[in-house]
Amino acid sequence: MKASSQSTEQHSSLWLDAWLKLRKNRLALFGFAVLIILCVVSLLTPWIAPYGYEQQDLMLGATPPSLEHWLGTDIFGRDMLTRIMYGGRVSLMVGFIATAVALVIGILWGAIAGFVGGRVDALMMRIVDILYALPFMIFIVLLMVVFGRNILLLFVAIGAVEWLTMARIVRGQVMALRKQEFIEAAYSMGLSQWAIIRRHIIPNTLGPVIVYTTLTIPSVMLLEAFLSFLGLGIQPPQSSWGLLINYGVETMEEYPWLLIFPGVTLSLTLFALNFLGDGLRDALDPRAAKD
Amino acid sequence: MALLEVNGLRIHFHTRNGVVKAVDDVSFSVDCGQTLAIVGESGSGKSVICYSLLDLLPKPPAVIEGGSALFDNEDLLTCSADRMRQFRGNHIAMIFQDPMTSLNPFLSIGEQLIEPLIYHPHKSLRLGRNDARAEAIDLLREVGIVNPESRFNSYPHEFSGGMRQRAMIAMALISKPRLLICDEPTTALDVTIQAQILRLIKNLQKTRDVAVIFISHDLGVVAGIADHVLVMCDGKVQEQNNTDAIFYQSQSDYTKQLLSAIPQGAKTTANRSQPGAPLVEVSNLKTHFRDLSIAANKSSSQEHMIKAVDDVSLSIQKGEILGLVGESGSGKSTLGRSILQLVPPIAGNISFEGAELTALSSNQLTPYRRKLQMIFQDPYASLNPRMTVYETLAEPLLYHGLANRKTVSQQVQLLMDDVGLARSSMRKYPHEFSGGQRQRIAIGRAIATEPEFIIADEPVSALDVTIQAQILALIVDLVERHNLTMLFISHDLSVVRYICDRVVVMQHGKLVEQGNTEQLWAEPQQEYTRQLLAAIPAADPVQERQRWGRH
Repeated sequence: MKASSQSTEQHSSLWLDAWLKLRKNRLALFGFAVLIILCVVSLLTPWIAPYGYEQQDLMLGATPPSLEHWLGTDIFGRDMLTRIMYGGRVSLMVGFIATAVALVIGILWGAIAGFVGGRVDALMMRIVDILYALPFMIFIVLLMVVFGRNILLLFVAIGAVEWLTMARIVRGQVMALRKQEFIEAAYSMGLSQWAIIRRHIIPNTLGPVIVYTTLTIPSVMLLEAFLSFLGLGIQPPQSSWGLLINYGVETMEEYPWLLIFPGVTLSLTLFALNFLGDGLRDALDPRAAKD
Repeated sequence: MALLEVNGLRIHFHTRNGVVKAVDDVSFSVDCGQTLAIVGESGSGKSVICYSLLDLLPKPPAVIEGGSALFDNEDLLTCSADRMRQFRGNHIAMIFQDPMTSLNPFLSIGEQLIEPLIYHPHKSLRLGRNDARAEAIDLLREVGIVNPESRFNSYPHEFSGGMRQRAMIAMALISKPRLLICDEPTTALDVTIQAQILRLIKNLQKTRDVAVIFISHDLGVVAGIADHVLVMCDGKVQEQNNTDAIFYQSQSDYTKQLLSAIPQGAKTTANRSQPGAPLVEVSNLKTHFRDLSIAANKSSSQEHMIKAVDDVSLSIQKGEILGLVGESGSGKSTLGRSILQLVPPIAGNISFEGAELTALSSNQLTPYRRKLQMIFQDPYASLNPRMTVYETLAEPLLYHGLANRKTVSQQVQLLMDDVGLARSSMRKYPHEFSGGQRQRIAIGRAIATEPEFIIADEPVSALDVTIQAQILALIVDLVERHNLTMLFISHDLSVVRYICDRVVVMQHGKLVEQGNTEQLWAEPQQEYTRQLLAAIPAADPVQERQRWGRH
C-alpha cells in the first residue's frame, strides 16, 4: 500500500514534466491532433458517414472524385470516403488494441526475465523462442478453427505474436540496466524487487519501447490487411484500410483513386504516430535538450 | 624555434544555450625533449586544446575562432585534411585516458600495433608483416611488457589496466612521433601502476627526445614529470611557468587553490572511535565468484573460483572512519558489498549491533537496510536519470516510513541543506548537475534514512581534485554531526590518510595489514604496504625528482 501511494507521486512528476515538454513540441502535437481527429471520426462514423458502407450502386460503377462522392466510388459504386471511415474503425482498433496487448505482455515478460535472470530468464526466453518458431499462419488458422472467426480473436492473435519482439527488446535493456549502480543503490535502500522493476527499471526502458511501439502499430495494421486478404480477418463488405489498399493495388491502373486515398490516409496516420512517438521519447528522457 | 608553438588560440562552442568560450586566447610552446603539463578541472578546456591540434574536435559545435598552432612552422589549424592525416600518423600521437575503450577488442594487441606500419600511406615505406612484427615486439619490450613474443597475440581483455596503457603507449610510439599528447593517461589506474606509467613516459621521452603534452586535473601527478606547467580555468590561462615556480612561488590564486586542494599530511582531528562493543564485526568472510573466462571448460568448479574476499576478519568501532585500501582487483569493493549483503558471501559471519546479517532473509533484512547505507563511486551511474532530486531523496524516506506525504517535502529540503545543495534545484534531474553536486545528491540519499553505518566506495575517485576536497569535507562533517560510522574504500592513500582513523590494507582478497592511520604511515610492517605508500605522488617537484633519481 505504502509503495503504491508513493508511486503515483513518483510517476506524476516524470509524466508531468514529459507533458510540459511535449506541449512545446509542435510536430508531436500535430501528430497527436491528427490521431485524435482520426479516432473521433472513427467513433462517430455510423452517424456522420455520407453513405452506408455496403450501399452499392452497380449502375454507377467506379467513378473518380466528384461532388456527390468526394473520394470517388469503387467498382461496385460504393462511396470511398464512407469505406475509408468505416475501415478506420477496424484498422485503428486493431492497431491500438493489439499493440497495447503486445506492450503490456512484452514489457512485463521482458522486464521480469531480464531482471530476475538465471533459470527464470532461460525458461521465459525459451518460451518466447518456441512461440517465435511456431509458424504464424498455422497458429492463426488453428485459433480460427478452434474459436471460429471473430474480430476479438484477431486482436489476440496479432498481440500474441507482436509481444515477442517487445519482450526481447525490454529484456536486453533491463539486463544492461540491472548492472547499473543506481539499481544497486535501490537494493541497498531495501526496496523490494517489484518496486525496483516498476520505479527504476521500467521508466528507463521507455525510449526504445516507444520507438518500437510506433513501428508496431503500422505493422499490425498491415498484418490485419494480410489476414483479411487471406480471408482470416474481417470480411467484405466490411472494410479496413489494409483491405482497401489491397483491392486498390489490383485496380491501380484503371482506378488509381482507389489506391491513393486509403494509401494517403494510412501514411498520414503513420506520420502522425512517428511524430508523436519521437516527441514522447524525447519528452520522457530528461536528458534530451529542453527548448 | 620550438617544436610546437600555439599562439592566441580561441575555440568557441556554439550550443543551444549560447556560445561557450572553451579556449580563450591560449598561447604556449613545447620543445623537443620537454614536457608541458596542462592542468585544470573538467570543463577548463584543456582537452579541447589538444583535440584541436589533431583536428579531432566535433565541428560544429566547435569553431576555431582564431590563433595558430605552428608545428615545425606549419599551421596545424589551417592545413588540409590530407596533410593532417600525415601529421596524425607520423608526427603527433595521442594517448587517451581509458586504455580499454581506446583499443579494439576484436584485434590482438600485436595486430593493432603493426597496422600503421603495414598500411603506411606511402607505399615505399610499408613494412612486410615479419619486419613489422619484429619492430612491434621490440617496442613492446621497450614499454616494459614481459614476454612480448607471446603477448603479441593477446587480446586487450587479457591485459591488465596498466599493461593496456603500456600497449597504448607502444601504439602511440610505433610511428616514431615527435610530439606525444597524453590525455589523463593515469587517471584510470592504481597508484602503483600510475607511478610506473609516469616513469615510463619520462624515460621514453629521454631516450627518444620527443616533446610531451601531459593533460591532468591533478597537480600532484605532474610534479615529477613536467618541465613547464600551464594552469587553466574556464578556457583561460591562469598561470604558466616552469614547474618549480608553479609549485613554490605560485602567482595566481587559482593555482594556490588547486595546490591546497591536494590532500596532504595527516588528518587534524583526534581519533573518533568510541569505546564499547564493535558496531560491525566481520569474521572469516569469504566471497567467491565463478571465473567466467575459464568457465567454458569447467572441469571442477572449486578450482576456477575467483577468491574476491578470502577469509577476512575485521571490526569497526562506533564513530570511526575505517579506511580500506588496495589496488583494483584486491577485493575491497566486494568486501563492502558483501557486508551490505548486496553480494552473498559463501562463508563467514557479519554481525551488526549484535545481529547476524548473513542469517537473515531478504525480508528480515529490510529494517537493517535503513541503518546500513552505501555511497557509490560514480555519481553519474548511481542516480536514476529519470528521477528528480526530490524523488531520489524522497524515495528512501517514504519507503522506510520516515516521512509521510505531508512532511516529505520539508524533510527533503532539510536533507538538501545538509549536503549543501540549493533548495531551488529540487525539481532538477541528475544530468543537470556537475559531478560534485551529483555526489552530494548520492550522499543525501545515503543519509536520508538516518543510518548508523555507511560504506563509501571510492566516493571521490571520479571527481576533480578541488571538488574532491569539498566532498571529503562534507563527508567528515556529516560523520561527526550525525555520529556515523564509515567504511571508506579507496585506492588513493593520501585521501585515506586525510580522513580515516584506522586503515586496513587488502591484497588479493586477503587482509595484509591494519592499524591506526599515522602508525601505519610511519611504520608500515608489510612490504606491500611500503610499496603502496612509496607510490603516492607528492605534489613537490624537488622531492619527486629525487625519488626518480634525476636532477
